[in-house]
Amino acid sequence: MSTVAWKAEIDPQLCIASGACAGVAPELFVLDGAHSRPVRTDIAEDERALDAADVCPAMAITVQDGEGRVIGPRP
Amino acid sequence: MTTADTAPLTYPFNTPEGLDLSAEYERARNRPGLLKVQMTYGEPAWLVTRYAEARLVLGDQRFSRAEGALHDEPRQSEGRRDSGILGMDPPDHTRLRSLVAKAFTVRQVEKLRPQVKELTRELLDELEAAGPPADLVDRYALPIPVAVICRLLGVPTEDRPRFRKWSDAALSTSSLTAEEFDANQEELRAYMRQLIEEHRRAPQDDLMTALIDARDVDDRLSELELVDLCVGILVAGHETTATQIPNFVLALLDHPGQLALLRERPELIGTAVEELLRFVPLGSGASQPRYAKEDIDVGGTLVRAGSPVLVAVGAANRDALRFGAPGTLDISRAGNQHLGFGHGVHHCLGAPLARLELQEAILALVTRFPELRLAGDVVWKTEMLVRGPRVMPVGW
Repeated sequence: MSTVAWKAEIDPQLCIASGACAGVAPELFVLDGAHSRPVRTDIAEDERALDAADVCPAMAITVQDGEGRVIGPRP
Repeated sequence: MTTADTAPLTYPFNTPEGLDLSAEYERARNRPGLLKVQMTYGEPAWLVTRYAEARLVLGDQRFSRAEGALHDEPRQSEGRRDSGILGMDPPDHTRLRSLVAKAFTVRQVEKLRPQVKELTRELLDELEAAGPPADLVDRYALPIPVAVICRLLGVPTEDRPRFRKWSDAALSTSSLTAEEFDANQEELRAYMRQLIEEHRRAPQDDLMTALIDARDVDDRLSELELVDLCVGILVAGHETTATQIPNFVLALLDHPGQLALLRERPELIGTAVEELLRFVPLGSGASQPRYAKEDIDVGGTLVRAGSPVLVAVGAANRDALRFGAPGTLDISRAGNQHLGFGHGVHHCLGAPLARLELQEAILALVTRFPELRLAGDVVWKTEMLVRGPRVMPVGW
């Protein structure tokens, strides 16, 4: 069984580089250039990825579950 | 090493009457390491003035806001501010912020643009009918953000004179005693508790009702957190924008070439507002110190665990290592990642709303009145965390 369950992505067109995601979940997101990026796209199930998607002021983060359903940001 | 080098400098540097950035900041930016400063109250702190280090301190979880509650925090007034969500670290901070973040996303806020545009039109009609000179603060800069945040949160706009007084005191740096400061905070909380009870009896389509549901249905925050979050949104939701509108107008009047360019090319309003956010140092000085949770090297200075660091974003926004011609106001500047809204987990929650309000307010004003000018002396706010005109008479 794979530990890779979810996908986390940041839309660079939307990202305003607030650094909020990297602050909430530094293991998952980094801000080391003009925009934030996920450390890796495939991630294990992690509540903090959803937290990051929720607090992003630009709604630039998308989290998908193993079946490709968008689960973050939460409605 | 002389004593003068090691004794902390008195802080803040900026004078309250005006929008200049103190020359002390340039000196601090140009010397290696960090400067030690002493505010009126609290322990001495390190001062960050360069862009890269500002991003480090604001963005790295090894620096804590919550830790400040355990220390004699550097501050301008005697009273200890209970800074609510601004005084929290993840995960507590994340829990509260995610409850309100949805209401302030770019997508949500964009829906308000037609209303804000209409509001600026109405206020300018009234201004024009009243005739010059008119006070830009009272008749334009305040009513816009107040009306927007009141509607969004669910606070009656007609209470503006009441919460204006509390809001002023909450951001005051004056000689309010700790008791006066606390009394003011309790009055503001009592006012908000009453509104929350009214919303519980009669739910509305507003943010306060959504937060009450998060408390009563999902138990995601305490009653005091609910009250303080609403207070924080109300105060932060209008004071800074109301202050920056006249500040930005002053900066543009000071740069007639840039103002003419904006009138000629109104599509520049987006980059113009970003540049004004970079260029105008709103604060009288840095506040909200971050405490190092471990020993960390910051720009050549070893910051020991348990030491506070203040970040002067106004100075970092003029760092020549990050911005070309940093002292020049250039409304078409590209790649402008200023720190006007801060950085990291505490990056201004209301930034998308503030941007929208500033864009609409500034553009509507300068296009309606091609001959806009000052028509009397500006009366400056004093003893406030934010700088700007209290009264600004304009003619056209």
